[in-house]
Amino acid sequence: MAYDGSRDYGGGYDDSYDDRPEFRDGFRDLLPPEPGFDTSTYVPDVVKTFVVYLYRHIREKNVYEIHQMYEGSFQKLSDRLFKQSNWPHVDMIAPYVENDHVFCLLYKEMWFRHVYARLQPTLEQRCDSWDNYCNLFQVILHGNVNMQLPNQWLWDMVDEFIYQFQSFCQYRAKLKQKTDHELAVLRQIDEVWNVVGVLNYLQALIEKSMILQILEEEKEGNVTFTATDGYDYHGGTNVLKVLGYFSIVGLLRVHCLLGDYHSGLRALSPIDINQPGVFNTVIGCQITTIYYYGFANLMLRRYMDAIKSFNQVLLYIFKTKQYHQRSSQYDQILKKNEQMYALLAICLSLCPHPKLVEENVNNQLREKYAEKMLRMQRSDEAMFDELFSYACPKFITPSPPSYDEPLVNFNQDAYRLQLKLFLSEVRQQQLLSSIRSFLKLYTTISVAKLASFMDVDEPTLRVALLTYKHKTHVINNDGSVLSNADVDFYIDDDMVHIADTRVTKRFGDYFIRHIQKFDEIINELDRTQLE
Amino acid sequence: MPGAQAQPPQQPIYTIEQLVALNPYNPDILPDLESYVDEQVATQTYSLDCNLCLLRLYQFQPARMNVHIIIKVLVKALMALPATDFNLCMFLIPERLQMEETFLTLATLAHFLETSRFREFWDEANRNRDILEVVPGFEQAIQGYAIHVLSITYQRLPRSILAEAINVEGLSLDKFLEHQVNNNGWALEKGGKVVVLPLNEDNQPVLRRNTADSIPLEHVAKILPVLV
Repeated sequence: MAYDGSRDYGGGYDDSYDDRPEFRDGFRDLLPPEPGFDTSTYVPDVVKTFVVYLYRHIREKNVYEIHQMYEGSFQKLSDRLFKQSNWPHVDMIAPYVENDHVFCLLYKEMWFRHVYARLQPTLEQRCDSWDNYCNLFQVILHGNVNMQLPNQWLWDMVDEFIYQFQSFCQYRAKLKQKTDHELAVLRQIDEVWNVVGVLNYLQALIEKSMILQILEEEKEGNVTFTATDGYDYHGGTNVLKVLGYFSIVGLLRVHCLLGDYHSGLRALSPIDINQPGVFNTVIGCQITTIYYYGFANLMLRRYMDAIKSFNQVLLYIFKTKQYHQRSSQYDQILKKNEQMYALLAICLSLCPHPKLVEENVNNQLREKYAEKMLRMQRSDEAMFDELFSYACPKFITPSPPSYDEPLVNFNQDAYRLQLKLFLSEVRQQQLLSSIRSFLKLYTTISVAKLASFMDVDEPTLRVALLTYKHKTHVINNDGSVLSNADVDFYIDDDMVHIADTRVTKRFGDYFIRHIQKFDEIINELDRTQLE
Repeated sequence: MPGAQAQPPQQPIYTIEQLVALNPYNPDILPDLESYVDEQVATQTYSLDCNLCLLRLYQFQPARMNVHIIIKVLVKALMALPATDFNLCMFLIPERLQMEETFLTLATLAHFLETSRFREFWDEANRNRDILEVVPGFEQAIQGYAIHVLSITYQRLPRSILAEAINVEGLSLDKFLEHQVNNNGWALEKGGKVVVLPLNEDNQPVLRRNTADSIPLEHVAKILPVLV
């Protein structure tokens, strides 16, 4: 895709795609196509201009323009013309972009994404999309592209890749509604959306881009990557590096979908989520990263880490969501927001640490889940079930089924297993919250007395106290022990000594903030003049 | 050439750990991972990452699943307590396999250990020696876990509780205690009826630590214009 400056792109128009006369008035002058037009034979003019301009901007590496077109114009055109139908087939638009191979792959990627978003993909389309991704990634991995694409697009590629994989596994697992033809095809296409293939592509992107070395060297100051948001200001390409970076998050996600939380977290370890990084540049990426990171920690019983990360991102969403209202991802953002509140409610019920949660987030949490959290603290298993089922990822069974056995739908199997194991963990922690509430009342209490309060015999209580200690003390990777507990104790023969690190409520900050708010209101009132 | 034998080409021999680090998503390494499990059992070593990799590959290709290997992996994971390795492995094992008797037994044992029900654990373990004896070092590992939990909970504990937790009584217990006293800083009181454990961060949490409700000066400075 070398830039050739001698080409003339229909002169007279402004360089920016969005400043074209028909778009300045917000598409009002766009005539809808004649009823019943067939996208396999007719390409609307606006689409022609769209691809021509997009192609040009990609060749000229105008990242900002590409982003505007990708994020804005593509969505607008989809809404206007292709609400329930496909975009024109790639062969129809190829002549307008000099049959450029890479552009066609990119166009097809967007084409399939549109299908998945607005329509139901057929089995054939699923297979074709897989082929397209393979081709696209092959080209990128061989280093033959010299483009700069917006991070949003690159993230969407990885995100959609995994989403389509997930969708395929779910689709494949619903055997009951399949026609014989579909089953016959499925039997033969083992390598399409094969889990090993998916993982290997992600791994290949990471390795070929050398992103791990880049991140390491960045810490020593030899390379700039995060500082430029991954873009290359020296005329190079950002595609492989940034795809490699986003594939790290991709691996975390795939591992969590398979139930392998430990490996997921290990895969994510090169990225420090407490530092600003390229994952912050795309809100979808940030949310995905923290959602899966938090969920993995929840399943590993590392509740503090989960709470801190959820708190961080929920606060961010709270402050910035109004800026994303017109983005095509707004619904997704809201959904994940709700799910993370549910996960946060679960974490806080198992490991109460109110200081870790910021005030605004806490208010939202109380609004949505106050009653449910009370019930969870009383070990209401049904409540845990409900919230977990709402908030958990869509787990998948990666292996193809045996098509010979009686056909059943097994798309729920993976989810059911994770739920079952989670609930048994919850059950093991049943006595913990009542221990906690009793311990808060005393500085010392004898084992016998505490046992009688809790209505259990002494040996049971001793066992419960040991369990409390075990469950609240987490073992780090280096073997050190970290305490999660807000109420801690030790036993001296038969006396329990409690150390309560209860913080007196921080009234000071609260009052200061409200004094300032009132001051603003008063000033505002002074300024308004009554007529 | 008389006498000259062709040298086999020198090939770098990768350890299993290196194989897993290089390309964990390669089904070809499955047999290597399986034999590595046996090696872990034989040499009393342990590698969580390799075992998880194996379970993952089984997930991808259920036809190649070897139940005996999985059982060994689970027993090894139990020995890694207090780490959550056993749970991690269970997340990757299909539900219908978990319904089989051996797996149910192992799950029960894990449950007892996670809820510190040591007496029930040792009873159940005794009833299932055939499963557990396959992996040498099991008993010591669980005793180590029991001691860990006791050390983060108790400063002084009655001897009977210790005995129940590590399943050692009488003269063996005396010998055990003597060894701990000499090497690990334990002590005995009341004529051996009470065991004193060494102090560590977790069994002596600081009492009544009230974080002061102090307000930094900058925050107060913000409202001074209002107050004036």
